Amino acid sequence: MSAILEVKGLEASYGQLQVLRGLDFEVAKGGVTALLGANGAGKTTTLRAICGMIRRKGEITFDGQRIERLGTEDVVRLGVAHIPEGRGTFGTLTTEENLHLGAMTRPNNSDIQADVERCYGFFPRLKERRNQQAGTLSGGEQQMLAIARALMLRPKLMLLDEPSFGLAPLIVRQIFDILADVKREAGVSMLIVEQNASLALELADHAYLIETGSIVISGEAKAIREDESVRASYLGY
Amino acid sequence: MDLFLQQIVSGFATGGIYACMALSVVMIYQAIHHLNFAQGEMATFSTFIAWQLLAWGLPYFAVIPLAIGLSFIGGFVVERVVFKPIENAPVLSHIVIFIALFAIFNSAMGFIWDFSIKPVPSAFGEGPLYEGSLLSKHQTGMIAVTMLVLVLLWAFFRFTRVGLAMRAAAANPQSARLVGIRVSFMTALGWGMASAIGAVAGILIAPVVFLEPNMMLSILLYGFAGAVLGGLTSPLGAVIGGFIVGIVENLAGTYIPVVGGELKLPIALFLIVVVLVVKPEGLLGRRVVQRV
Repeated sequence: MSAILEVKGLEASYGQLQVLRGLDFEVAKGGVTALLGANGAGKTTTLRAICGMIRRKGEITFDGQRIERLGTEDVVRLGVAHIPEGRGTFGTLTTEENLHLGAMTRPNNSDIQADVERCYGFFPRLKERRNQQAGTLSGGEQQMLAIARALMLRPKLMLLDEPSFGLAPLIVRQIFDILADVKREAGVSMLIVEQNASLALELADHAYLIETGSIVISGEAKAIREDESVRASYLGY
Repeated sequence: MDLFLQQIVSGFATGGIYACMALSVVMIYQAIHHLNFAQGEMATFSTFIAWQLLAWGLPYFAVIPLAIGLSFIGGFVVERVVFKPIENAPVLSHIVIFIALFAIFNSAMGFIWDFSIKPVPSAFGEGPLYEGSLLSKHQTGMIAVTMLVLVLLWAFFRFTRVGLAMRAAAANPQSARLVGIRVSFMTALGWGMASAIGAVAGILIAPVVFLEPNMMLSILLYGFAGAVLGGLTSPLGAVIGGFIVGIVENLAGTYIPVVGGELKLPIALFLIVVVLVVKPEGLLGRRVVQRV
């Protein structure tokens, strides 16, 4: 399978502090890749670097096109949907308006309303809350909204930053089940950052382990999940 | 009783002026979350452009769209040239530039058109609306246009994609970028719209107060008061606030002997303080509800 995203020698810093020290990795077309690692390893920074939210160096190729010099809006317009940590919903706008915003870069036609309905199919809870201010949704509902909004872009690649963050285990389970559906039905490639390694490895085909800004282990998700020594020393479960 | 009614109606008419300016204030607040101190001077500048076009012999129906269009472009360009380069600078830098713009526009008007008072004819004609009417033709027209601008604004934000994008960009710039909205372009658009609305306000106000470079000095303050009273996030609130300020100002001037003509302006400031203490989000402004 060819790669939708190829990253070579990715470096990024916050001021003097270098956070990423030459990362190399790729995401296969239609596949799910997980980035695992402890707090402060540079997982979130990697996602932010890909979609131009911070300055970065190195080569980033998305769908055959170099994107490391593009601004965030332009990366998004190519079909990269980033679901940031903390979900980034528009709290003062309604659920449905949030969904329409997801499709902002697409031409204005009737497909958009059909896609809204499709999102409600994945997340029936959002349909009940369609006219409610997004800021008043529960944490789980907001995470669902963030994923649904990303789908409205009809993305080729989704970047998910800690979708389990701050949610009850039952809700997390639900969200990962839906992500598995999305992967199967919509064929969207995903790059997922997660602290909950066992969940992420279930969903992912391939995984990378990051430690202080460098990749230390790369391999099939299945193999990593079953490797006792990796689990004990890096994943802690 | 007759005097009371007369004062309410005349306050209502003055309120129309403030309501119109308050709309412009709300528009810029939507876009940049600050109050632009130069808003009034920019609106006066637009009015001078309209006056100049009239003086060159153009008819009113050509002058109005032209002046509004030029003001839109002007506001847009001011944002691109002056504020884009400092978009990440602290708020104090922005305030300094607001003040600088105020001085620049004010002096430029004095330089180009001098400081003498210029009468501006009303687009709606002279005289009372009908025999014995308390409102003049111009006052009626002014209130009608303010309402029209309000409805247009509401429809724009509620039903158009650009309107939705502008609201999103104002509410959460970072997330807006993540859905592909060009946030800084939206800000410039907000400036353009605010200055177009300012032009409408200026053209409506000039026949009442006469045109000169300091025309908007106190009106902007009343406009601020109206916008704060109604809620800086709500166009409808701003218009209602503008009318209330006009009526309160008039009644206080008439019935409270100390206030008279000289102390009318502090009433606007007093209103701002009271609203901020008692109901900071204003009458119709939205308190942001956030579940944590």
